[in-house]
Amino acid sequence: MKRFLGFVIKEFYHIFRDYRTLLILFLLPAIQLLLFGYVITNEIKDARIAILDQSKDEVTRRISEKVLSSGYFILDKNLSSSSEIEQVFRKGNVQLVLVFAPDFAKNLDKTGNARVQIIGDASDPNTANILVNYIQGILSNYLVSLNAEKIPMQITPEVRMMYNGQMKGVYMFVPGLMAMLLMLISALMTSLSITREKELGTMELLLVSPLKPFQIIIGKVFPYVFLAFIDACIIIIIGNTVFGVPVVGNVALLLFESFLYICMALSLGILISTITSSQQIAMMLSLVALMLPTILLSGFIFPVENMPVALQWFCRLMPPKYFITIIKSIMLKGNGFSYIVFETAIMAGFTAFFILLSIKKFKVRLA
Amino acid sequence: MSAIQVEHISKNFAHAKALDDISFNVSKGELFGFIGPDGAGKTTLFRILTTLLLPDTGKALVNGLDVVKDYRKIRQDIGYMPGKFSLYSDLSVEENLNFYATVFGTTVSENYDLIRDIYAQIEPFKKRKAGKLSGGMKQKLALSCALIHKPSVLILDEPTTGVDAVSRLEFWDMLKRLKNSGITILVATPYMDEAGLCDQVALIQDGKLMTISSPSEVIKTYPWKLYSVKSDDIFRMLNDLRMFPGIHSVFAFGQAAHISFKNEGIEENAIHRYLENKGHTGILVSPAVANIEDCFMELMIK
Repeated sequence: MKRFLGFVIKEFYHIFRDYRTLLILFLLPAIQLLLFGYVITNEIKDARIAILDQSKDEVTRRISEKVLSSGYFILDKNLSSSSEIEQVFRKGNVQLVLVFAPDFAKNLDKTGNARVQIIGDASDPNTANILVNYIQGILSNYLVSLNAEKIPMQITPEVRMMYNGQMKGVYMFVPGLMAMLLMLISALMTSLSITREKELGTMELLLVSPLKPFQIIIGKVFPYVFLAFIDACIIIIIGNTVFGVPVVGNVALLLFESFLYICMALSLGILISTITSSQQIAMMLSLVALMLPTILLSGFIFPVENMPVALQWFCRLMPPKYFITIIKSIMLKGNGFSYIVFETAIMAGFTAFFILLSIKKFKVRLA
Repeated sequence: MSAIQVEHISKNFAHAKALDDISFNVSKGELFGFIGPDGAGKTTLFRILTTLLLPDTGKALVNGLDVVKDYRKIRQDIGYMPGKFSLYSDLSVEENLNFYATVFGTTVSENYDLIRDIYAQIEPFKKRKAGKLSGGMKQKLALSCALIHKPSVLILDEPTTGVDAVSRLEFWDMLKRLKNSGITILVATPYMDEAGLCDQVALIQDGKLMTISSPSEVIKTYPWKLYSVKSDDIFRMLNDLRMFPGIHSVFAFGQAAHISFKNEGIEENAIHRYLENKGHTGILVSPAVANIEDCFMELMIK
């Protein structure tokens, strides 16, 4: 036990004397979270639009007013002919053009059918889609208000978005970032710290010492469990105080699941370091084999449900996917343990599998 | 019982044969030297003895324990200093020593007597980071760390490579003192002049053992007549001597050349005259007694 403690103390010396490690450990989570929270957002505010009003009557003016006062749109330009439409799109300062057909109010009154054209810039398809939906919503609202007295029956949908009433993107990023950063710190840092000893030749002396393989491994991992745990707390606190992401569920349960995930990521890091011998390869493996799937295939940014079936199966092999499900469930929905037993069991399974594999692969000799 | 017993060890790597049928014995309390050029197989042999590598064939015992089966027990008994500086450069001198003491389940104060001579020299710098030490001090620290758990066998892989001449001498003095305290020492070195300081020396080349005996016996086996030759232009003289009819070997030794002949009949005068004809000045020819380096050079040309 004393040997093990001596080893752990040495690891802490390594970490605290390398300011780059410290930066990665404590500054990176905060910066990433602020970046994702503020910069990368799929909410749309103040989109610039142009309006071509060929009718210029009471109705079109009222509709335009409603559109512009919605808070989503800013009028960039009033167009005077359809030839200008192409031009403003090419310049790129307008994301959507609204075209009212001639005699709009007259047609609406006489035939009950007036035509309006919505032209989106689909070089950014997601944004175009959202903008078009907003406009359609405004148009149909207006129509309903017009017909309020005339139509005897109507269906009024009352939409309520559960767990994230304001549809804030940051609710999605906090769980995703936690999965990503804990993976980065745990897997990358441990795999680097073990391969560093191999590269420097100090592993040779550790192997010759009476330390047992599991003592070396646990000793390497222990400081990072502790540090990654602090990071998990930093992320939760910043998410809560700066971005108002709530922790509806049990905090202790959330921390326990984070702990399990950290252990899983660490065991993956150990596995990587047992099969590589240089820091560079370990870094490449950790970044490419762990970070990319964590970002792309975990449902963090792209919904798994929309992927091809084969890729969906592949996604199920990604441990972060389960962790993201778990934290969303606890933080946003306030679910208890009984709702996430399945995901927890899978993460525990992954952890056990990686640890067994690394102990099997750990070499008690050099070659 | 021998401290180290090696029988017919061979080891191949994917691209090269590293050790070829090596056998030798090291008695308890002996200072045993392995001399050989880089790539001769010294490090591979030492890694097998420290249980870091497995031999392909053959058997090796350290303190009567098998390096393959009893590797755990052997690791308690040996002190190992790898060829590359293998301490933590971001830890201080003191922290490194404490770390190795703890890992081996002991404390610095418990075995301080053993390392006092060596550690005392670097103790003034004990707060300094190991990475910032000079080459000689690094070696002293590494030796202290290898000794801190009171091993019965010390295995040192090229401990003096890259160390200045004064530190080298000091280092060998320390080894002698350690030997006198009863520790068996196995040391590898590429420097032939260090061979004379060992009890037994083994010359290793291309994975094969060329000879094993005490330095004095090695010298007795030198078969040829040897002269030491000096002149003002030593470099040109070496080239000219190589053209001398009937010459066997020419090696530079500091300011002189050692030359040998298979033919017993050649006298000092003949060499003197030959060099004079080639236009050399300051010529000095004298019979020489073969030292250990001459003997190894001789073994290596064979």
